[in-house]
Amino acid sequence: MNWIRKRITGIIAVAVLIYLFIPIAVIMVLSFNKPAGKYNLSWNEFSLDAWTNLCGVPGVCTSFVTSIEIGIFSTICATILGTMISFALVRYRFRGRSTTNLLIFLPMATPEVVMGASLLALFLNLRFPLGQGTVIIAHIMFIISFVVVTVKARLQGMDPRLEEAARDLYAGPRAVFRYVTFPLVLPGILGAALLGFSLSFDDFIISFFNAGTLVTFPIYIWGAAQRGIPVQVNALATIVFIVALAIVLGGQFVSYRRRKALSAS
Amino acid sequence: MVVVVPRGAQASPAVVAQRSSRTGYLLLFPGMAWLAVFFAIPFVTLFMTSLQKPIEGKSGKYTFGLEFGNYVTAFTEYWPLFLRSFIYAGIATLLALAIAYPLAYFIAFKAGNWRSLMLVLVIAPSFASFLLRTYAWKTILADEGIITSTLNALHLLPEGRILNTGIAVVAGLTYNFLPFMILPLYAALEKIDPRLVEAASDLYASPQTAFRKVTWPLSLPGVVAGTLLTFIPAAGDYINASLLGSTGNRMIGNAIQINFIQFRDYPTASALSFMLMAIILVLVFTYIRRAGTEDLL
Repeated sequence: MNWIRKRITGIIAVAVLIYLFIPIAVIMVLSFNKPAGKYNLSWNEFSLDAWTNLCGVPGVCTSFVTSIEIGIFSTICATILGTMISFALVRYRFRGRSTTNLLIFLPMATPEVVMGASLLALFLNLRFPLGQGTVIIAHIMFIISFVVVTVKARLQGMDPRLEEAARDLYAGPRAVFRYVTFPLVLPGILGAALLGFSLSFDDFIISFFNAGTLVTFPIYIWGAAQRGIPVQVNALATIVFIVALAIVLGGQFVSYRRRKALSAS
Repeated sequence: MVVVVPRGAQASPAVVAQRSSRTGYLLLFPGMAWLAVFFAIPFVTLFMTSLQKPIEGKSGKYTFGLEFGNYVTAFTEYWPLFLRSFIYAGIATLLALAIAYPLAYFIAFKAGNWRSLMLVLVIAPSFASFLLRTYAWKTILADEGIITSTLNALHLLPEGRILNTGIAVVAGLTYNFLPFMILPLYAALEKIDPRLVEAASDLYASPQTAFRKVTWPLSLPGVVAGTLLTFIPAAGDYINASLLGSTGNRMIGNAIQINFIQFRDYPTASALSFMLMAIILVLVFTYIRRAGTEDLL
């Protein structure tokens, strides 16, 4: 009894982590299923069909590629714009700081359905044709704030003495930026980009409002949910999950090794 | 998804020499212009659309108007969905707080070397599709599944099932927005100096009293941030209601989506969106006031 009481938070913590992964386990297990009817909801029979024929169902791979394209393009744009804002916020003095902060904070505090609806109202009133362009515009808009928050935290956490040391050693402003500031901020920028890509790739509500007839991967899943989601979707989601997890763990491992090397020297 | 805003890390002008020049404005301009054009201005068009009136003789076409009556019509028709959305989101937020706090506490104070790995595990589920994760709850909560049959054996389910009831919708909302609760809680707890808790117990506070008088009050900024980041998206969500609920569990997001995309009744849909945003802003500001955490913004 005492043993349990001492470790109660640890036990709950592990239980919550397991709870977080239950649906992931369901998605993965059902990717090896051969559904009895059209709905892939309960276990029937082991099969590798989905994995050996990933693009076997029309539309799945096209929508998957569309989402990757949109994700890459919006992430690059939003990361550049957001990083620039972060530098301005941390390093420069300017008027209208509180308005700027509010405009960055609000998109994170607005329900997606409201952002999607208001952007659609804009496009409808301008008679702007809906499609890949409007989805990319929307994604850049909602990713910027997340990039700013992530990169700003990294910039503020930086030791200013490192840049001072470089200046003391007669490095010009460009050299300081190139050899000291940028390499130090880079992990933050890469983290922000990964976050941005995962937000874009997984976004359904805002995309659905502004996609017109374009079908992204989440929009495909939404449509398929009514008539039965093909097993291939589970296999593709499993792949995305594992790749993203590997990238994050790889990043953690690199920074862990670097810290260890630094403390050893 | 991940919003960890370290609070101690405010820019200290004394340390970082802030430059005042055109460069600052040039760095700000493109991104802020993007947000102004595609985030702020759309609210103006949304408001104007909500006041449009139908063109006579042409169904589905609308023109400029000042039909404030659209709001009355929309509210009279959809107020139960507003109410339901805020109740579901409120319950889900409280459940998420209860589930997230012990985990965040453990990661902040007891995880040691496992800390960063555990944080990765918290965000990792978000890498698998939101829609598929929600859909997976259909399997987990299925009528013949373990959870439903166990609870039924104990006669705990009023409707005899979970799927297609409000319970399933709230369960889905709780699950989906849990990382938004865990991360801000962790960020707040991690900043607490453990010596403060030690000092409390040195002064003969029981672990419960030390938690109630020291840890909990110091973690309040995280509680406020976490509850907002869970409540706001949950109140606007319609994926969980669509996939896990029945027609009797529809939320306000469902009404906005259907009116905008299926019915093409733009004024009603815009009025609903505008009201949702307004109610949320009022709730958020009263809540922040009452919690005494204005500096969070």
